[in-house]
Amino acid sequence: MLAFITRRFSAMVFVLFSISILVFLIFFATPGVDPAARIAGRNADQETLAQVRHSFELDKPLPLRYLSMMRHLFVSQDLTSYVNRGAKVIPQLTQAIPATLSLVIGAAIIWLALGIFFGIKAASSHKKWIDPTIGFLGIVGISLPVYWLGEVVNLITQSKLHNSVFKWVPPLGYIGITDNPFQWFMHLLFPWLTLAVLYAGIYVRVLRNEIRVVMGEDYIKTERAKGASEKRILYKHATRMSLITIVSLFGLDFGALVGGYALLTEVVFGIQGVGKLTFDSLQNFDLPVIMATVMYAAFFVVFMNALVDILYAVLDPRVRRVQ
Amino acid sequence: MSLRDSSEAVFSESPGKIALRTLRKDKRSIIALTILGVIFSISFLAPLYSQFVAHTNPFSSSLDAVISVKGKDRLVLEPSTTGLGLGVTPIGPTWNPTKYFIGADNQGRDVMARLLYGGRSTLIIGMSAGALCIVLSLLIGIIAGYRRGWVDAILSRILDIIWAFPVYLLAISLSVVLLTSGLKLGFINVGPGSFVLPISIIGIVYVPYVARPIRAQVLALREREFVRAAVGTGAKSSTIIFREILPNIVPSVMVFIPIIVSLSMLTESALSFLSIGVQPPAASWGTIINDGLNLLYTRPMVGIAPGLMIVLTAASLNLYGDAVRDALDPKTRVRGD
Repeated sequence: MLAFITRRFSAMVFVLFSISILVFLIFFATPGVDPAARIAGRNADQETLAQVRHSFELDKPLPLRYLSMMRHLFVSQDLTSYVNRGAKVIPQLTQAIPATLSLVIGAAIIWLALGIFFGIKAASSHKKWIDPTIGFLGIVGISLPVYWLGEVVNLITQSKLHNSVFKWVPPLGYIGITDNPFQWFMHLLFPWLTLAVLYAGIYVRVLRNEIRVVMGEDYIKTERAKGASEKRILYKHATRMSLITIVSLFGLDFGALVGGYALLTEVVFGIQGVGKLTFDSLQNFDLPVIMATVMYAAFFVVFMNALVDILYAVLDPRVRRVQ
Repeated sequence: MSLRDSSEAVFSESPGKIALRTLRKDKRSIIALTILGVIFSISFLAPLYSQFVAHTNPFSSSLDAVISVKGKDRLVLEPSTTGLGLGVTPIGPTWNPTKYFIGADNQGRDVMARLLYGGRSTLIIGMSAGALCIVLSLLIGIIAGYRRGWVDAILSRILDIIWAFPVYLLAISLSVVLLTSGLKLGFINVGPGSFVLPISIIGIVYVPYVARPIRAQVLALREREFVRAAVGTGAKSSTIIFREILPNIVPSVMVFIPIIVSLSMLTESALSFLSIGVQPPAASWGTIINDGLNLLYTRPMVGIAPGLMIVLTAASLNLYGDAVRDALDPKTRVRGD
């Protein structure tokens, strides 16, 4: 087991290292792209370009620049932004994390509750219309573009109805939980619901199919033959087996979202989270910030991946030998 | 169905034919294909609509156009009546298909005509990116699974790296870098406005999602008796891949196609919404939603209509995907139904 964990974590370090190089190459070595021109602006003359090249150390060889950036990011932790010269990158990132965590955790609670409840309902209900109805809602859920849904939610809650039905909805933005817990909740309520719709749709569909497949297994037939109640079979056996899939799915989705996947939701609702920070810095070509946010994002994704794999290995010893 | 029919069906038809027949009878696939057919036809007839019905050029702005609505002449961009009275508000829906059916955007362009052209871009990019993704995944998945050893190790590591890179971050990074200057790579020279960029970016970021399961399947097939037998008879690798392995992974690829096309389409519109996908003056459903952002509270139709088209298309693709999966893979079909 220890060997498995060590192997998994060394793979993780390798992937993170490769991603940092990949990001660096995308921004500095894409054929035909001149980063100095991007930083200097559209109509910069040769002199300005040369100045920019020199002051951003773009005239040094690539490997040296990579090493210097990594040293500033991880060792001395004083990497500074290209756009706001002197502004440190790591405090910007740590300031953005609470907003993203608040958004993702709240949404995760909602989508897990909805997904598990309706997933079990769809798989087990004896009423004929329930399964197709939930199936239809699930398809709509996974087909809604989250940014558009957010816009429509804003239209409903912030426009004409804002003076009557939705008077209690605060304007867009984010308030820290330590500043005002009630306002924190109110500001995040609609972003939570919007973000949860897609994932609730995915989880309902996955859980329903998993339960139905498990219900056809031989050991369920054995249980029935032994005279176990349908309720016991559904919860004790079928749902429990299917939840393993849900747990691994959740690990990956949660890691990606905390890492900045919630970007579109953050942009639409004006939440200054990690995704918004990444997006803003991408538009300004602010590579140090991009590097920090992407490394942070990749860390979460890779870490959750590794965690899920290890959990699997704990649950199922056969996996340990395969990889 | 009588006993005779069913036994005939079992013995005389190939699994592919049975699946196709099941699919044809499936209500979900009929509904989904009908909706997709309508959306495709109206989108690809966009030039005819704008030329012969709406008589407008949806790519050039018309800031001082005047149209007559219910006998009255109205400016397409009307001076604002709210606030300080500054600026203009584009005309709202006339519900008259010959002019500004669902209104105008900030530049006085006919949103209905742009919606149809936008659908064309979104569908072309979604389908091409989906096709590219499937082809690349097949290539990588089959080579890695068939060759095994160090080839597999290298390809799998590359997939791991792309997999760990959050899809939107990778797509956005590539788009931001490439869209302003285009790509110059030896003799390949792609202009910044070309569809080739979003197609290749979206096609590549989803490769691990398809290539990983294909590789796993090929690895398993490689150990099966019939493949070992083929190897034992001295058949060439290409023969084994095309005659023995490929036919066995076709069903799972078929299941992936609608899902990947739908995902690619959603990604394209998200990138275009962030203004790093389809570039102006070209339209896609995502860019129109972006145009509608400033008009959200005055002319909500501009932003709502393209979103509805996306939902309708993506939902139809997913519905069709469900039907295909159930028809091809009896194991996931609900037992006892």
